[in-house]
Amino acid sequence: MTSVAHAKPDAHGGGGHHAAMSFWQKYIFSTDHKIIGIQFLFVSLFFLLLGGLLAMQIRWQVGFPGKPMPGGGILPESMVSGGVILPEYYIQLVTMHGTFMVFFAIMPLLVGVYANFLIPLKLGAHDMAFPRINMWSFWLALLAGLIMLAGFFVPEGTSRAGWTMYAPLSARPDLSGATVGQMLWCVSIVVLGLSSVMGSVNYITTIINHRAPGMTWFRMPLSVWALFVTAILAVLALPVLQGAAIMLLFDQTIGTHFFDPVAGGQALLWQHLFWFFGHPEVYILILPAMGMVSDIISNGSRKPIFGYHSMVFAIVGIAFLGWIVWGHHMFMSGMNPTLGSTFMVSTLLIAVPSAIKVFNWMGTMWRGNLRLHVPMLNAIAFVSMFTIGGLSGIFMAATPVDIPIHDTYFIVAHLHYVLFGGSLFALFAAIPFWYPKMFGRMMDERLGKIHFWLTFVTYNLVFFPMHMIGMGGQMRRLYDPTIYDFLKPQQPLNEFITISAFALFAVQLIFAFNFLWSLKKGKVAPQNPWEDNGLEWSLPNPAPHGNWAPHTPNVYRGPYEFSAPESGDADFLPQTKKLPTDRDPVPAIPPAGH
Amino acid sequence: MGWWLPPAASTFAGPIDMLFLVILIITGIALVLVEVGLVVFIVKYRARPGRKAFYTHGSTRAEIIWTAIPAVTMVALGLVSNHYWVKMKDKDSVPADAYRVGVMGKQFEWQMTYSGTDGKLGTDDDFTVRNQLHITVNQPVAVELTAEDVIHSFFVPEFRVKQDAVPGMHIIAWFQATKTGEYEIGCAELCGMGHYKMRARVFVHTPEEFTAWMAQQAAGGAE
Amino acid sequence: MKGRIFSVVGGMFLLTVCSKGDNSQVQAAPPAADTPPPATATAGSAAGGTITGKIKFTGTAPRNPAIDMSEEAACKAKYTTTPTEENVVAGPANALSNVFVYVSAGVPAGQTFTVPTTPVVLDQSGCRYHPHVFGVMVGQPVEIRNSDPVLHNIKAVAKKNRPFNVSQPSAGMKTTRTFTAPEVTVNLQCNVHGWMHAWVGVRPDPFFAVSGADGSFSITGLPPGTYTIEAWHEKFGTQTATVTIAGTETKTANLTFAAR
Repeated sequence: MTSVAHAKPDAHGGGGHHAAMSFWQKYIFSTDHKIIGIQFLFVSLFFLLLGGLLAMQIRWQVGFPGKPMPGGGILPESMVSGGVILPEYYIQLVTMHGTFMVFFAIMPLLVGVYANFLIPLKLGAHDMAFPRINMWSFWLALLAGLIMLAGFFVPEGTSRAGWTMYAPLSARPDLSGATVGQMLWCVSIVVLGLSSVMGSVNYITTIINHRAPGMTWFRMPLSVWALFVTAILAVLALPVLQGAAIMLLFDQTIGTHFFDPVAGGQALLWQHLFWFFGHPEVYILILPAMGMVSDIISNGSRKPIFGYHSMVFAIVGIAFLGWIVWGHHMFMSGMNPTLGSTFMVSTLLIAVPSAIKVFNWMGTMWRGNLRLHVPMLNAIAFVSMFTIGGLSGIFMAATPVDIPIHDTYFIVAHLHYVLFGGSLFALFAAIPFWYPKMFGRMMDERLGKIHFWLTFVTYNLVFFPMHMIGMGGQMRRLYDPTIYDFLKPQQPLNEFITISAFALFAVQLIFAFNFLWSLKKGKVAPQNPWEDNGLEWSLPNPAPHGNWAPHTPNVYRGPYEFSAPESGDADFLPQTKKLPTDRDPVPAIPPAGH
Repeated sequence: MGWWLPPAASTFAGPIDMLFLVILIITGIALVLVEVGLVVFIVKYRARPGRKAFYTHGSTRAEIIWTAIPAVTMVALGLVSNHYWVKMKDKDSVPADAYRVGVMGKQFEWQMTYSGTDGKLGTDDDFTVRNQLHITVNQPVAVELTAEDVIHSFFVPEFRVKQDAVPGMHIIAWFQATKTGEYEIGCAELCGMGHYKMRARVFVHTPEEFTAWMAQQAAGGAE
Repeated sequence: MKGRIFSVVGGMFLLTVCSKGDNSQVQAAPPAADTPPPATATAGSAAGGTITGKIKFTGTAPRNPAIDMSEEAACKAKYTTTPTEENVVAGPANALSNVFVYVSAGVPAGQTFTVPTTPVVLDQSGCRYHPHVFGVMVGQPVEIRNSDPVLHNIKAVAKKNRPFNVSQPSAGMKTTRTFTAPEVTVNLQCNVHGWMHAWVGVRPDPFFAVSGADGSFSITGLPPGTYTIEAWHEKFGTQTATVTIAGTETKTANLTFAAR
């Protein structure tokens, strides 16, 4: 039985709104963290689909260079000629695929959705510290996405200097060919940064101030630890990107020359600024995934997380080291080779906390009682694929080896193993896991398993051969590899990858169908379908507005007490379950203003 | 098709390919440990009625071991790698007798500037050729990289040579070819819509062939 | 009797000598596989006056550099002798071709002319533009074709017109563009093949021509008036002359450049 502290009902109890809310207040302009999380979910899944469609076009061109794309006829003459993708459209595709996937799919799916949805629920809070700022954070993210999307509909199309936007190409419309679209990229990023910072401020404040009584720092689930550290990374890194984007915008529009040596600017300045943001950004894209995977693997193994404290220190270690490795993206850039040496050292070291985490996940599964439900399958795949992605990173960290593989498909393989094999598989685990909490229904388990296996197979068929293609020397962002004699022999492999990619994309339709169909037709979820220990499962499904309000739950133990002796016949022991031997925690002093 | 790095044709390829193999072995061992371990665990520890998981919060000893071994390995790898990195990229490592050629990247071609009969770059008898780099085998070559407009990147896969050409910067990339023949140069940094077409060729000559080519250029170029 | 025969024969003689020849054909430099139609727009009334002439230069023409197309095998294969750049195309007796000649002053302000709907065709073949210099009216379409199986991009460097840069990665592709403002001249260039240049004279009226292999040009359909004609050459600069047309006669204006 869940014991709740009988805190005084206050003016903000029950979520603050005892009066009936209109449809608009409840579902559209909502300040409820759960609704905001769900809004992020729908919008981000749309951008994920868009990113995938862009990838299909890229793969068509690389696999079958110069052949008319099926359906290409519907695109305007500025993009295709007789159905054949034009080079200037191709580089828009690679730019927008990266941009949408990083900024509008993976980042909001991991952070916008799960930081918002899980943090108050897993801490026993009623909502975020600043609910209205939280609402703004969503609307700004949506606005940023629409601004970015608008680039496809302006003259000369979108920005086309790669998602990494290197200057001077990105700063000079006369050299890139992109005009309005380039400006839109900069504006969109500034708006998105604002959304990110607003969200992060909420997450940090809520975690520090709104933990329920008994929820000490080292009783927080790893998902919350990861989101906490991620939020700190975001609040420090995004403003750097915003500043750089504004400088880039000025170079394009008002005649400054920050990045163009034509009048005293420096091309490398953009790279330093971008990657100083960019490297912490990739940890923003993986840490929440690691955190949620920890929760799910512990649940699936029916065992506490192996080495909880080490896992926390590893998260902090990765985040800290993540600030001093950015130069490993710039080994070939022309910066002083001595910097190459220092960045190599820090980069090789950052492999260590990642390795610690992988071994601890394995340690969690070791001698467990594994329930291989869909979230668990995807979480184990995360560990498996992230390991490949992380290990391939060691090749490029060793600077002499980076010389032949920098800016080749070896890098593309690496980044997709960590972002898709890592982050996206983690999302395929998290989405069904917390789906009942969001919507009150279960996603279909059988469809989930079919989707998992087909995705796992086709995904590896697409991205593993890219390591070989990169070793063979195929450069990135190449419209037609067959221009080079040394690449012609690899072209059959490019075709194979393309066909596998079409299969991979088609398989995702199973997930899309399962997600949408289950909203209305999924099995009605029991309160704690995964027999999990987290606070969120002490609430009905879907969780009500205001969560436990006017009450606040008490927390008696850590988050991973599976198969503890005290759990008796059940093999789980919720954090809020009071045993006869437990004492009530000292009620927390309510934060000011509540 | 080859499944490995391209055939080696420079003195850098030995150390780089060796390092690549060493890393492959180290990461391969780690990969097998993890992947086989995961499969074994999935099979051995899947839920069965009446079983209970082993309740433990971890092992400090295990943490120390699997922190120390990766850390020591990474430090060792870094030291060995840095030794070669300095030799390949440090300005002071460029051999004093290296043959100097100017290579400029611009949208969408490479322009190679040769020093002519006086052997010095930057004088009046320099001449420029599009998209062809002519060098002598077994002689160090120092490419003086510049870029006219945006960042390009000089990449010869068989030589294991890559260096960005940055506008506003003058960067030296040196190497020594070990086999005569023709090799391709690709641009390895997105530079606009013609990025994929910035293909050039390296012609590695015997000393006699190179002298003959230089004489032909002095006489007025290709006929 | 002798007088009447003389005036008939003499009149026939004069008619033959003074009749308008058709030397408004634009000469392409080397022959292209696909001969483009004449690029001069003669949309004016055929019953106007004509300015004709020959363009020469004094001094020694600089040598046109040879183009080494070894790195583009598909283009190199289209030549039996080494192609050269077309900076100065000289004909017999120092005739200068590829000079864009146009009426720079004298056309009454505000007068409009029918813009032809037939496009001027610019072909890329053998990694060269055909024609090298041409004229087009404001609003008249220019159809750019790629006859080579390789990537060409067409970058328009313009001051008064909106610049553009489009690619044609394979043979058979066509792009049409129009210019919206008069400009002498817009430079078209390919960045993949740095020797490729074309020059476009954009005019609001049809009174322009490009000199042929023998240096001759002809501007027709001019109403009576006093005109300044300007000749533009990509290396030798510009020359001007003034011509007055009273009716339907042909006036000659020869222009001479100094080689540099």
